[in-house]
Amino acid sequence: MGTGNKRKAAVDTNACVACGCCVKVCPMSAIQVWRGIRAEVDEARCVGCGRCVRECPASVIVLREVQV
Amino acid sequence: MKKRWYDYLWIVELTYLVLGFFNILFAWLGLLFFFIPLIIAAVWGTKGYCNRYCGRGQIFGLLGGRFGLSRKKDIPRWMKSKWFRYGFLIFFFIMFFQMLWSTYLVFAGVRDLRQAVTLLWTFKLPWHWAYHGTLLHPGVAQFAFGFYSVMLTSTVLGLVTMVLFKPRSWCVYCPMGTMTQLICKARGGRD
Repeated sequence: MGTGNKRKAAVDTNACVACGCCVKVCPMSAIQVWRGIRAEVDEARCVGCGRCVRECPASVIVLREVQV
Repeated sequence: MKKRWYDYLWIVELTYLVLGFFNILFAWLGLLFFFIPLIIAAVWGTKGYCNRYCGRGQIFGLLGGRFGLSRKKDIPRWMKSKWFRYGFLIFFFIMFFQMLWSTYLVFAGVRDLRQAVTLLWTFKLPWHWAYHGTLLHPGVAQFAFGFYSVMLTSTVLGLVTMVLFKPRSWCVYCPMGTMTQLICKARGGRD
């Protein structure tokens, strides 16, 4: 991991079922279900812990390195 | 994380399933689990029911998570595909209307009451101990047997996928979840 890179949760929004399991486990309240359609990550809050990745029953969340 | 009152709704779901073993007429209460999510989706345009209040999801979360009864493997790709989710919803609808039709036939006096719970749309389980006759029409009981069959079947399916995949895999193909998401989509994300 290079400097200036951080891991953030990223949702495959097209496959998301909007169940909200990720919301329940996020310790930073960084993920919300947007209008019953899909989960959305607030990258400013996400610390890349990966709890949502493990919890997601559809396995549609991954940790991705982003430039900050 | 701090527990809220709605984190205990799994008790309601469990009570519902247990009551059906004693008196099938309690199955009617399950209509709440159908109408509340639809109303929340139609009125507020959210999946608040799935996200917070679904007791069934909580049961799977507890058994598969805290009790460790889940392999926690990824669900197969086809099970989260749109065609499977929508296909399962359509299949569920067809079976539901078939159940309503059987209920109608009993109401119309064409068919006698069948005191059985049908598991996985196939297996007829004897369930006569849960009904002792009432002043109500036998059709009322027929709907209860049919509706309880729907609830028990989805619980069994959910338990199987809970063990095989992630605890709440049921949520991926839950017909109510698919339907409420479709309603939210149809609202176009409006408030």
